[in-house]
Amino acid sequence: MTSTLTAAQAQAQKEFRAFADRHIVPHADAYHRAQRTPPQIVELLAAEGLLGLPVAPQYGGGGCDAVTLGLLAGELGRACSSLRSLLTVHTMVAHAVARWGSRELKETWLPRLARGESIGALAVSEPGAGSDAAGVVTRLTPDGDSWLLDGHKTWTTYGESADVFLVLGRSPEGPTAVLVERATAGVRTELIEDLIGIRASMTADVHFEGCRIPAGQVLARPGLGLSHVVGTALDLGRYTVGWGCTGIVDACLEASVDYAGSRETFGTPIKDHQLVRQMISGMYTDARAARLLCLEAGRLRDEGDPGALAQTSMAKYFASTAATRAAADAVQIHGANGCSSAYPVQRYLGDSRVMEIIEGSSQIHQIGLAEYAFQERSLVRRRQAAATPRSEGR
Amino acid sequence: MSMDNKAKIGEYLSRFFPVQDLKDDDDIFQLGFVSSMFAIQLVSFVEHEFGLTIDNDDLELDNFRSVGALDAFVTRKQSAAVAS
Ligand SMILES: Cc1cc2nc3c(=O)[nH]c(=O)nc-3n(C[C@H](O)[C@H](O)[C@H](O)COP(=O)(O)OP(=O)(O)OC[C@H]3O[C@@H](n4cnc5c(N)ncnc54)[C@H](O)[C@@H]3O)c2cc1C
Repeated sequence: MTSTLTAAQAQAQKEFRAFADRHIVPHADAYHRAQRTPPQIVELLAAEGLLGLPVAPQYGGGGCDAVTLGLLAGELGRACSSLRSLLTVHTMVAHAVARWGSRELKETWLPRLARGESIGALAVSEPGAGSDAAGVVTRLTPDGDSWLLDGHKTWTTYGESADVFLVLGRSPEGPTAVLVERATAGVRTELIEDLIGIRASMTADVHFEGCRIPAGQVLARPGLGLSHVVGTALDLGRYTVGWGCTGIVDACLEASVDYAGSRETFGTPIKDHQLVRQMISGMYTDARAARLLCLEAGRLRDEGDPGALAQTSMAKYFASTAATRAAADAVQIHGANGCSSAYPVQRYLGDSRVMEIIEGSSQIHQIGLAEYAFQERSLVRRRQAAATPRSEGR
Repeated sequence: MSMDNKAKIGEYLSRFFPVQDLKDDDDIFQLGFVSSMFAIQLVSFVEHEFGLTIDNDDLELDNFRSVGALDAFVTRKQSAAVAS
């Protein structure tokens, strides 16, 4: 499986795996039950440099390539989808700042984000706007040389503990993205409890009431907050979520293989029943397929290929649907134990459901991917038409 | 050189729009986005194809509005890169 990785990437994966096995896997069920991420584990991730891994070295980050970031997301996803979500939203914010921030914003925020001294979160969704992010109504009103921000964001992953929010609002020029510090007067967050999945992710409602935002906190320019800033962030979010889902499939596979080998019914281990083997074969294949799609997305991202967007969407769509299949089957294989809190598979089931809703629901990807198929086909037809001499053409 | 760039831009854009031939000054924003990912895919295409970096300051919609505008933008960026 590591044949397509460079030696450095394979080594990095080994280290990520060892870190996750040592520091996260033994505690993930407890985080899930407590519905909280202890600050100590976030500090440890930061101290290891894992929260700033993709940030450019000039800002104190690890400057890693996309494949390496994916491998980290995969290992965190295998261990705990909440912590993988922390990596996702935090790196989305850092990536948007690096891509579309002014020099001042980059110099102020990237070192803090790279060190994990400030945790970033993404506040796009509202009670009335999810898939259709263009429908956000959070207001950005110009006021002298700053803006006033008013609105209600919801489902902000790690919103309860984050230090800085990337907020999509609406200014007179259209969708506009701003960075908002938690310390700003008028920011208030409220933890959302009892979620079906990523229960430790400190997801919150975020309220902004008359928050004064300096003009320099705008990313890109007013009007391009959705098409460029949030679009860029979501593309990276899809990528790390896709990888996180390969981690869920891996975890389901490991748990199912172990369990099926030890549990006996009708005088044999359940792994000898063909219908159980069918489920494991499906998971085994899905794990490989999801990983290969994510690796391909990473390769295209590292090459700067514009086709990376479509490949990333496909990888996220496939991996998240594979994760829900794998988690459902893993619970099935565990029988009643799978329904209990004594085994992690029920956690995987809830987590994987969330993965099919965030970063573009499965339906949104199903709509978008068809569009890419049409584009590819139309390109082929145009090239054929151009290559056909006029007299033979139709 | 510029004709080459223009042809490449025209071919790339034509994938997204259901018209036979985009004219130099057809406003692609008025023709409508086909996909919500179009804007950053276009940024990525220009960077990849012409070896440029597009940042905050380049994000004038007027740079991206048509085949002709993109061609002029790419030429400007390429000569700036050579000059600096
Ligand atoms: C645990 C969790 C964490 C989250 N974290 C964040 C975060 O950090 N930041 C943030 O901004 N948001 C976050 N979200 C919100 C998430 O981005 C939205 O839930 C997502 O965009 C879907 O929006 P929605 O829930 O409003 O569903 P809706 O958009 O209302 O859609 C409902 C259903 O209709 C389907 N649907 C919608 N439009 C179409 C269509 N055109 N064709 C076919 N089907 C369609 C959808 O696929 C879905 O099944 C989080 C959500 C959860 C559950």
